Amino acid sequence: MSAAPATGLSKPTRTGSELTSVSLRRKIKDRLVQVLVYMAFALAVIPLVSVLWTVVANGLARLDGTFFRFSMNGLSGRDPGGGAYHAIVGTLEQVAITSLIAVPIAVLTAIYLVEYGNGGRLARVISFFVDVMTGIPSIVAGLFILALWLLTFGFEFSGFAGSLALTILMIPTVVRATEEMLKLVPADLREASYALGVPRWRTVCFVVLPTAMTGIVTGIMLAVARVMGETAPLLLTIFFTKAINTNPFDGPQGSLPTFIWEQAADPNQNSIDRAWTGALVLILIIMLLNLGARMIARLYRPAGGR
Amino acid sequence: MTTQTGVESSVGAEHRAAGRRMSTGRAGDRVFAGAARGSGIIVLAIMAAIAVFLIWKAIGPLRENQANFLTSETWNPNATPPRFGIAQLAFGTVMSSLLAMLMATPVAIGIALFISYYSPRRLAAGLGYLVDLLAAVPSIVYGLWGLIFLSRHMEGISSFLNGALGWIPLFGGDSPGKNSIFTASVVLAIMILPIISSISREVFLQVPQAHIEASLALGATRWEMIRMSVLPYGRSGMIGASMLGLGRAMGETIAVAMVLTFVPGINPHILEDGGATFAANIANSFAEATRTGQGALIASGLVLFVITLIVNMAARAVVARRREFV
Repeated sequence: MSAAPATGLSKPTRTGSELTSVSLRRKIKDRLVQVLVYMAFALAVIPLVSVLWTVVANGLARLDGTFFRFSMNGLSGRDPGGGAYHAIVGTLEQVAITSLIAVPIAVLTAIYLVEYGNGGRLARVISFFVDVMTGIPSIVAGLFILALWLLTFGFEFSGFAGSLALTILMIPTVVRATEEMLKLVPADLREASYALGVPRWRTVCFVVLPTAMTGIVTGIMLAVARVMGETAPLLLTIFFTKAINTNPFDGPQGSLPTFIWEQAADPNQNSIDRAWTGALVLILIIMLLNLGARMIARLYRPAGGR
Repeated sequence: MTTQTGVESSVGAEHRAAGRRMSTGRAGDRVFAGAARGSGIIVLAIMAAIAVFLIWKAIGPLRENQANFLTSETWNPNATPPRFGIAQLAFGTVMSSLLAMLMATPVAIGIALFISYYSPRRLAAGLGYLVDLLAAVPSIVYGLWGLIFLSRHMEGISSFLNGALGWIPLFGGDSPGKNSIFTASVVLAIMILPIISSISREVFLQVPQAHIEASLALGATRWEMIRMSVLPYGRSGMIGASMLGLGRAMGETIAVAMVLTFVPGINPHILEDGGATFAANIANSFAEATRTGQGALIASGLVLFVITLIVNMAARAVVARRREFV
């Protein structure tokens, strides 16, 4: 408590002498910093534009029907044609399974933290480790599933194993997003519900959750967009295949990120082109999810919120 | 009236009392509370399981290892007898992510200042979204971009730096290349920009308006206002943010794996081709790894896990300290 007032008080005394110094120098300094700050922002926009531009420019070459209707089965890197059907199907299945596992756990955890935890010790510990979990490198999540699911339980590479790894990466983001939204629900709503004699769990399920629903959906969509682009854990748990495999519980499966990784490793131009188109499709899906999430958040914003 | 302040903790206490009174004998309440609590415990169990299983699967190969795990530079776990050490991986990881942090932090703070204090109010949200888009681009796309586009342009920059700053050992060496630790750290710096700038922005939002108005009222220019009221207030938050960025950079896998060319041995000349990081090495050598090899990779992943855990916890602690004197 003592640190803030101290800095607050000591600064103005030093300011006094500085503020009376030469005006022109101060003005130049002010302008200089302004230019630097503008440049910093430009520095961030340059790579963004460059990445998006190169992906679009190089990816359009192979953005054709073949790409969406065929797999790479029987084709080598040199061959023209071929597509990412197997990879797109795989990614959609894996992300769906991931969401099915991660969302209930994450939403219930957030409910515990906000509605039941009351800032107790268990809630604080969980909250802390959710933060820590956010920082787990994705490759470590992959190694963990490798050690647990494949090496200890003896399962083979499969789309499901990849989903388990992605689950670990998805849980913390959804918990944080849901928690933020639940905290915004006015306490009056809960109290009104209690006053009517509604049990607590029904209050949470039918009063609190519906109120926060748009925010939670937004958070989930952003989390889905995030795990969809993860590559590293998939290399260790799903591996890759060039053929179509629609069963996520049996054998290696394709996925868009590993498709790009595999195609980029081949120095042939046909293969590189496919990698760029894969990147374009992946970015398009992710940007659509992102935009959709923001649209939902904007359109269904609770009236008079904040 | 005091209960209607909206402060979560006090309201939470009210709930607890209300809940206890009502929940007597209601099965639904007990089941639901149990499910919520159970999910929270699952999260803790996952964290514990990660540590336990990584350690368990790493022990065997570590026993067979004929080289010193911490100091050896060779990575040859598939040979008989297996010989592997993490010295080179640790060097590459720390070097690339530290460089990335040093490059990204000033720019990210500049971005945060721009959005918070310089850009027009109406555009601020949109500009913030633009920066967040950088975080939405998946790492595999950064890898592809770095490998095919950026590395081509890095060759010139690297030889320029080598010529101008070659007398510093770090930038020395005879053959500046494009698939170097330096190139990797540039890609990493771009990738961690959004997280550092978004946390810095959050911190700037919490600077008391009174501090800002006071310095402006005393006749401070915009920069003087920032230097005297914003930066001192947000210092710990910015340090925490850059440390979180450091942790991110250390764990980044695919982009580094695609950009860096593996050359065995520690090379302190960061402009020359070659180098390896924990994460990139795991992604690159997994496909050919034997059972022992996989165990060795798990052991190196365990080291990465511990390092990032320490960095992240320290960063969270630094960021959290700020909240106490708000």
